[in-house]
Amino acid sequence: MHREKVLLTHGSGGRRTRDLIEKVIVKIFDNPVLQRLEDSSVIQEARDSGGALVMTTDSYVVSPLFFPGGDIGKLSICGTVNDLATAAARPLALSVGLIIEEGFPLAELEKVLQSMKHTADRVPVSLITGDTKVVERGRADGVYISTTGVGVVPEGVELSPGHIEPGDLILINGPLGNHEASILCARKDFSLDVEIVSDCAPLAELMRLVIEAVPEARCARDPTRGGIASVLTEMVEHSGLGITIDEEQIPVEEQVQGVCDILGMDPLMMANEGKMVVVVPGDSAEACLAAMRSAPAGKESRVIGKVHSGKPRLTLRTLYGTTRMITMPMGNQLPRIC
Amino acid sequence: MELDRYRDRERVRELTQDIARLCPSATVNIMEVCGTHTTAIARYGLRGLMPDGLRLISGPGCPVCVTPTSIINAAQMLSEVPGTVISTFGDMMRVPGTDKTLEERRADGADVRVLYSVYDLLRMAEEEPEKNFIFISVGFETTTPSIALSVLETAQRGLRNVCFLAANRLVIPALEALCASKEISIDGFLCPGHVSVIIGSDAYKPVARQFHIPCVVGGFEPVDMLQAIYHLIMQIREGEARVENAYTRAVKGEGNSKALEVTQAVFEPVDAEWRGIGTIPLSGLKLRQEYAHLDALERFDVKLRSIPEPRGCRCGDVLKGLLIPPECPLFGSHCNPASPVGPCMVSSEGSCAAYYKYEGTGHA
Repeated sequence: MHREKVLLTHGSGGRRTRDLIEKVIVKIFDNPVLQRLEDSSVIQEARDSGGALVMTTDSYVVSPLFFPGGDIGKLSICGTVNDLATAAARPLALSVGLIIEEGFPLAELEKVLQSMKHTADRVPVSLITGDTKVVERGRADGVYISTTGVGVVPEGVELSPGHIEPGDLILINGPLGNHEASILCARKDFSLDVEIVSDCAPLAELMRLVIEAVPEARCARDPTRGGIASVLTEMVEHSGLGITIDEEQIPVEEQVQGVCDILGMDPLMMANEGKMVVVVPGDSAEACLAAMRSAPAGKESRVIGKVHSGKPRLTLRTLYGTTRMITMPMGNQLPRIC
Repeated sequence: MELDRYRDRERVRELTQDIARLCPSATVNIMEVCGTHTTAIARYGLRGLMPDGLRLISGPGCPVCVTPTSIINAAQMLSEVPGTVISTFGDMMRVPGTDKTLEERRADGADVRVLYSVYDLLRMAEEEPEKNFIFISVGFETTTPSIALSVLETAQRGLRNVCFLAANRLVIPALEALCASKEISIDGFLCPGHVSVIIGSDAYKPVARQFHIPCVVGGFEPVDMLQAIYHLIMQIREGEARVENAYTRAVKGEGNSKALEVTQAVFEPVDAEWRGIGTIPLSGLKLRQEYAHLDALERFDVKLRSIPEPRGCRCGDVLKGLLIPPECPLFGSHCNPASPVGPCMVSSEGSCAAYYKYEGTGHA
């Protein structure tokens, strides 16, 4: 089996497609809803969930497919689960779309699917429906994945940057920039001989704990492409308020900082895949920190900045006591980091 | 970490205080010549630490910014030759030519590739012998030696499908031209650390002597830059004009003789156009006669045609230090990083891009 490859006929809709779905995909994801192999699946939990349903979708084209700390499969679960988590939604179900390049080794596909299954179990959330297509060699790069997630928001909770008020504090659950730095190093384009572990992790549990402890939390955003510079600028624009972050409080691992120094990049603008920026009223910050730190992905949580009624700008207080502006990154030089 | 010493807050505080205490009361203009300095100054907010009257102005030290439109146009014209691959460093992709950028040409179907290292050029050329590779070679003395090596390598391997569109520039002639123009009064040069690794700090001696301007070589960490500014202030106070090296951990007086030799073996100085500044005598590099067959202009018989700057673009004045970016009428409105008019807004090391990124548009 390990030498087998995905062929165009695996995507033809016939017997071989059925084989791929039943013997590989469904076998790995192994749940009763998927096993029915119906064209659509019922989300039973939604019937009596009591809260508003939310839905999100994302596509994953990362290169390389496997990198320290993760792979495209893990990423495709974390990214979508974390998008749900920004709304404080408990994930109910995921769908998965696979676009596979002809010739992709079946063993690698299985590795990716196993990783999806493992990550989804950790959340926990089930993959209840999916689709598989195979395209000609050279028309895709190994495998592309698209996942859609449905979640339910607890009654009375509504996170939005519109709720931010002066005096609110900005929290983050750990060091910045690891995912993008990890991909950069894994790609070998820059001959950087370091291995940086991506922070790729699902944050549903962290956000559940945050909302349980601080139901009055204002908003949350996952700082993926464009980093915290991007999400905080968005918050400034939505709220019409100013945000100042403190360089001294911003956690960056030494190796990540080193890569940034060499390549002239800014950790504030680097993508993360297991980080959440949470905004809470000033007097709820302690409770929120405690909740975040009790989650597996939140041990290093801390306060990094504050909302104020000054000019609607994002500013950084540097280590030297000077301030400078942070503007929305113009777009990344590097395609396909997630 | 080794770098921590050069980011030490206590040391920064001491130097800032010394600079404020010793800075003459009259206006002092210090020009940082290097784009990396421009970006680092903005990133660390060093302008905010300078006393009133001490102005840090940016010079023509970003290789992408000073590359004239004629080169971009020539590259785009060559990209239309069937089977041609245009390759260059990332920031060049977004510099506007007369009609389009190389990035837009690529979207139109031209084969334009971004290289991280010039050595990738030769590898690609060997892998795809049916294609003709043209490398747009930009950069100051820091980048030039590695390009010179790949020219030698191309000749040695007999690769017939590689050639170079050389737009490399030299820093010293530009400094001399700035000093001679008298358009601006510069009281001191913060000299580029990277370039000086190659050319050596002694290379600034003629500038210091002839124009009586202190030149201090500095590194790129806050302590490095403040130390260099401190030395400049001391000299300005005393009315001296010497060359000092405040980046001794990387720079030697005589520079890197091997790098200089290889550059000299491959290139010769020629009069060259700088965007917005005009032609500066012997400030550019051209492949020597024996490598003329690797010169893209010769091979494809292309003449560079000097093109006027886009209407309203003041990049030239910014590059000469006559204007700080927010003073340009286009800054932040017509010209912004998403749709740059001039190259100072394109390159990550351009002064306009650095101002926009770290100090805002001034309109917010």
